[in-house]
This record gives sequence, structure tokens and C-alpha cells, in this order.
Amino acid sequence: MEDIVTQIQGIPLDHYIIFCSIIFAIGVTGVLIRRNVIIIMMSIELMLNSVNLLLAAFSAFRGDASGQVFVFFVMALAAAEVAVGLAIIIMVYRNNKSVDVESLSKLRW
Amino acid sequence: MSVFYLVAFLSIFFALMTIFTKNPVHSVLYLVITFFTLSIHYILLNAQFLAVVNFIVYMGAIMVLFLFVLMLLNLNAETEPMKSNLVKIMGAVAGMCLIATLLGAFRVIEPSNIIVQGDADVGLVKNLGKVLFNEFLLPFEISSILLLTAMIGAVLLAKKEDRKA
Repeated sequence: MEDIVTQIQGIPLDHYIIFCSIIFAIGVTGVLIRRNVIIIMMSIELMLNSVNLLLAAFSAFRGDASGQVFVFFVMALAAAEVAVGLAIIIMVYRNNKSVDVESLSKLRW
Repeated sequence: MSVFYLVAFLSIFFALMTIFTKNPVHSVLYLVITFFTLSIHYILLNAQFLAVVNFIVYMGAIMVLFLFVLMLLNLNAETEPMKSNLVKIMGAVAGMCLIATLLGAFRVIEPSNIIVQGDADVGLVKNLGKVLFNEFLLPFEISSILLLTAMIGAVLLAKKEDRKA
């Protein structure tokens, strides 16, 4: 356990911030360049996870448990979001026979 | 110390593969590997509870749900709608602009690498459970209502309508 703690101390907090923002930007790029709704939702998951990791990093560096509890709530929220989102995608696919976001540009069909 | 940089490189690589692979099923599998590397990050941060939850909830539940839906809808590389190359390049440039802006902002911030070494075992289940059930008891209970609502909503939305209105 002790060597893990010394391992954290070797890495500056800045590197965690930079790493998490790179992952977040990859998620944003994924939302911008893909047309499949499911892939777009996966990119959103990627963004959520990068923020989770940053919260956990801050929590570990500050020695405060609140950040990690918050990550736990974000994970519960993400599970709920994915369940409802995928249900909506299945409903749209049943009516539309497509998962293309461009086909959702009009809200009635 | 170098473990962090290796795992960070792997995370970025697999995240890039996730958004650039044409086949949606491969994309989901790369995202699972990305989440696995993020779990390793949690272990490196000594947040063992979060590592386990990330492993079980994200990789075990959420990604399998994605995979189920992809296979249920029978999506593969042939039916994958792709944007034109111009839009793709514009999207990539926009993402890089975001990174550049963020990195520029971080350069301005005074880097404070002071480690407040409070309790090193803050991420263990015992300590996290104490905080969760003392300070955060009400949000914890409310999140159970949120999950129940999401479950009912998902069932209602995905249920097949018998008669067309």
C-alpha cells in the first residue's frame, strides 16, 4: 500500500489535468465526427469518465473523500442516462429503421 | 511512476480507436478496453472502491448494454452512416482547438503541486462508506429513486405499442 502512495506523489497533478482534458477532447471530437447515435452516446460516456477520473485524482491529492463519493453518484447517473437513452434509440430505430442522427432532424415522421 | 504514463498512453490510444473505427462493434470493444485502463488509473490513485465499481458498472453493465443494442439492431460496418471527409476534418480540428485552448489555460494557472496528504486510505471501501452513509445519505437515497425512475422510463419507452394511435 505504501508504494502506491509514493507512486501517486511522483506524478504532478497537472499531468492528470492534461490527460483528462485530452480524453475529454477526444469525446467531443467523437460527438462531432460520427453520425451513429450509439457512437455519439459512447463518446458522451468517454467524456463522463474523463471527468470522473479527474474528480478521483483531486480527491486523492487532497485526501478528501467527497470527490470519490461524487464520482459514485455520477456513475449512478450515467447508468440511468444510458438505460433511457438506449430505450429512446430503440424506439427511434423501430419507427425510422436508422440510427443516423441526420434522420432525426425533424421531430416527427 | 512510469506506469501512469504507459497507461495514460494506452487510454488515449484506445479512446482514439473508439471514435475512428468504422465498425460499431469494434468501437464498443475499444471503449471497453479504454474503461479498463481507466480502472487501472483508479487503482494507481488508491481509489479501490471506484476501480471495482468502474469495472463492474461501466465495463460489466453499461458496455454490455451497448453491445446488446448494437447486436439487436444488427448494425455493422456496411450500414454505418459516415460523415463526409470535410465534416470529419472540421470535427478533428475543432477537437484539437479545444485541447489547445485548455492547455493554454493550464499554462496560465500557477501549477500547484502541493500534495495535501490527508488520509492516504481515503479510497478504501470502509472510509468511503462512512462518508457516503453519514454526509451523503440523502443524495444516496434520492439516487435510488432516480434509478427506479430510469428503469420505469426505459421499459415504457422500449415497450412495443400494440395499436397504432
